[in-house]
Amino acid sequence: MRKHFNLFSQYLIGVLFGLGLIISGMSNPQKILSFLDLAGNWDPSLMFVMGGAILVGLGGFYLASKRTEAFFGGALHIPTRRDISKPLVIGSLIFGAGWGIAGFCPGPAIVALGAGHLKALVFVLAMLAGMALCNRFFTGHKKSA
Amino acid sequence: MQIDWLAFSPGPAFFGGILLGIAAALYVILHGRILGISGIVSGLLSPKGGDIDWRFSLVLGLLSAPLIGALFFGLQTTTVIDADWIVIIVAGVLVGFGANYGSGCTSGHGVCGLSRLSPRSLVATISFMGAGFLTVFVIRHVLGL
Repeated sequence: MRKHFNLFSQYLIGVLFGLGLIISGMSNPQKILSFLDLAGNWDPSLMFVMGGAILVGLGGFYLASKRTEAFFGGALHIPTRRDISKPLVIGSLIFGAGWGIAGFCPGPAIVALGAGHLKALVFVLAMLAGMALCNRFFTGHKKSA
Repeated sequence: MQIDWLAFSPGPAFFGGILLGIAAALYVILHGRILGISGIVSGLLSPKGGDIDWRFSLVLGLLSAPLIGALFFGLQTTTVIDADWIVIIVAGVLVGFGANYGSGCTSGHGVCGLSRLSPRSLVATISFMGAGFLTVFVIRHVLGL
């Protein structure tokens, strides 16, 4: 029972996050690319998405830092690394390049797949291939958010 | 730089962002984890005992967000994908590989990482934002595609 409740809670949080992506416009690659196009007809909306998310997130993570375990039990899995490593920067640059090419990052791509877009399905499959490639040849650099 | 006032949508962007922040805050407080979509998805590729059902629940939530948004909130999911198939595939591989290699994406580093004031996530966010800006600049204004 408790396990099912836990899984349902995870599902609802996924729905909430997905709704946030849809309402904010992040599930639309055209809107992302307009934000990334500083030299063109620039749409600054994404700054407000990040602003709203971080405003609430600051409070949430502050509250979490006061806890010793998760509300539903179990340890807090918060990353503790502080080093600025080469994989961190190189991986982020590669990720950003892919983001700038198609206007999709992982969350919005999965939401767009749920909305029935075939190109989102192909993107997600390619993304899984990219992840598998990294896991296969560069294990040890990953782990944690 | 000129602002695209027609596309600019600070209200929905901010409100959607708040929902993203609430989801991330609930996730860390209830489940003790970072709501990083790339990390959660990539964990599905190398399943360990008891570590797959909750990941699947969350991804299912993202996938069903457009349907739930439409059914309960009359929400339309706008997704305009201009990129060609091959471009989608290349972008997907880069996003998947880069997010894994760089330990996170827009949700893990951008939303959660900045909310918990992580220096690693700040560097990652600056890196992928910068790469995104540069990529769109090169594609649209240098290559003129």
